Amino acid sequence: MPIRTVMKANEAAAWAAKLAKPKVIAAFPITPSTLIPEKISEFVANGELDAEFIKVESEHSAISACVGASAAGVRTFTATASQGLALMHEVLFIAAGMRLPIVIAVGNRSLSAPINIWNDWQDTISERDTGWLQFYAENNQEALDLILIAFKVAEDERVLLPAMVGFDAFILTHTVEPVEIPDQEVVDEFLGEYEPKHAYLDPARPITQGTLAFPAHYMEARYTVWEANENAKKVIDEAFAEFEKKFGRKYSKIEEYRTDDAEIIFVTMGSLAGTVKEYVDHLREKGIKAGAAKLTVYRPFPTEEVRELAKKAKVLALLEKNVTFSVGGALFQDFSRALINQKEKPILVDFILGLGGRDVTFKELDEVLEISKKALAGEEFDEVNWIGLRKEIL
Amino acid sequence: MAESPFKADIERVQKEYSEKMTPGAIAYIPGSSVVNKTGSWRVFMPEFNRDKCVRCYLCYIYCPEPAIYLDEENYPVFDYDYCKGCGICANECPTDAIVMVRETK
Ligand code: SF4
Ligand code: SF4
Repeated sequence: MPIRTVMKANEAAAWAAKLAKPKVIAAFPITPSTLIPEKISEFVANGELDAEFIKVESEHSAISACVGASAAGVRTFTATASQGLALMHEVLFIAAGMRLPIVIAVGNRSLSAPINIWNDWQDTISERDTGWLQFYAENNQEALDLILIAFKVAEDERVLLPAMVGFDAFILTHTVEPVEIPDQEVVDEFLGEYEPKHAYLDPARPITQGTLAFPAHYMEARYTVWEANENAKKVIDEAFAEFEKKFGRKYSKIEEYRTDDAEIIFVTMGSLAGTVKEYVDHLREKGIKAGAAKLTVYRPFPTEEVRELAKKAKVLALLEKNVTFSVGGALFQDFSRALINQKEKPILVDFILGLGGRDVTFKELDEVLEISKKALAGEEFDEVNWIGLRKEIL
Repeated sequence: MAESPFKADIERVQKEYSEKMTPGAIAYIPGSSVVNKTGSWRVFMPEFNRDKCVRCYLCYIYCPEPAIYLDEENYPVFDYDYCKGCGICANECPTDAIVMVRETK
């Protein structure tokens, strides 16, 4: 029987790692994800998890050790956040290019300067072009589930790409919520033993990994990463379907909430989706035709699902905790691209909010609604809006 | 200059390597590194004076590439496809049979 208990998202991530039975975990502690390696080292020390826990002196080393272990042929896991993820940056490209199915749990946190340990998505968003798959969890249960799903998709022969699962710093990492810990046997059935097919060390089968590729081959190698990302779209759907069958919890790349007959749809990711759903209920009571949508998968970008969503609304309000300078937010960029050649398209309004742990409450969402209404009424509006900005101190 | 002893390997690997891109660009064929001719970024090249050479093989042992092999009479031969011009051989040679000269096309 699955155990239902209460825990923080950090603990949920550690539990997910334990259930996935990685053979090597290399990690360096960083706020707000410190508890993950702490908890995993406890599991290893108690003999509850038969794995090598490698203590390293930096995140660059952590991900490098993971690349080495994964290239040697074992399931590999690590956790980080913010500057730690940024320090991994160059190796993230290597892991994706070498097609190593490493999984990282990321406590989504802002980037310096100024130093800020609280939540936004700038860390993972900044790594969106590395080739890694990206999942975003709305709550602690999703943090656990998505890590298991990430392993499943990453290790699929049609994909073979590393994956990161983000969950909001403090809002989830340090918040205690009810979480169902699935049975080990069911997880074993779902994931299976990791059998490396392309990358593993064997003296009887000498190979060269991380090779030099001259101009005659490099472009093709990069294309295979592109292709693997495309393949991942179908594999993710399959993994979600199988997960639902085995564990009873339903996932989709874009989760829609009260979108039928909606005029304005609020689109977001992570824990903010929970707030937004509440807000939509509140608006519906007042007779406003609003809906919500949450991207559970951000890379590969769910272009088809975005196009379907776009057909349902007159205005898409994109709520994002990241900045792409001189453009707005990353979602705005991606949604624009997905819809640009479509005949019928809704108006896109971009909202940058909640940076560095700034609260996003109904008050901020009211501001979002006002601007979205203007767009709906055909009035003038700014494409990019900083919500809750304290203009008086600027 | 004598022909590279790796000629056959190079041709074999080049053929197989260009036929199929593997996931992660892994080279499953041993000897694939011989395809990557690393001599092109050299600035100085070793120039060899056979008359001074006493066949002590220090150059042969120390070359990090290894771009030195031996001919039929056991004199060192330099493979300029792979010699990166580090100058270690010239530095180690006790008889100054090797001197580094600027690369000219
Ligand atoms: S210069 Fe360096 S690489 Fe070239 S033959 Fe001498 S030792 Fe080898
Ligand atoms: S180190 Fe000098 S003397 Fe010795 S084998 Fe090489 S070239 Fe000849």
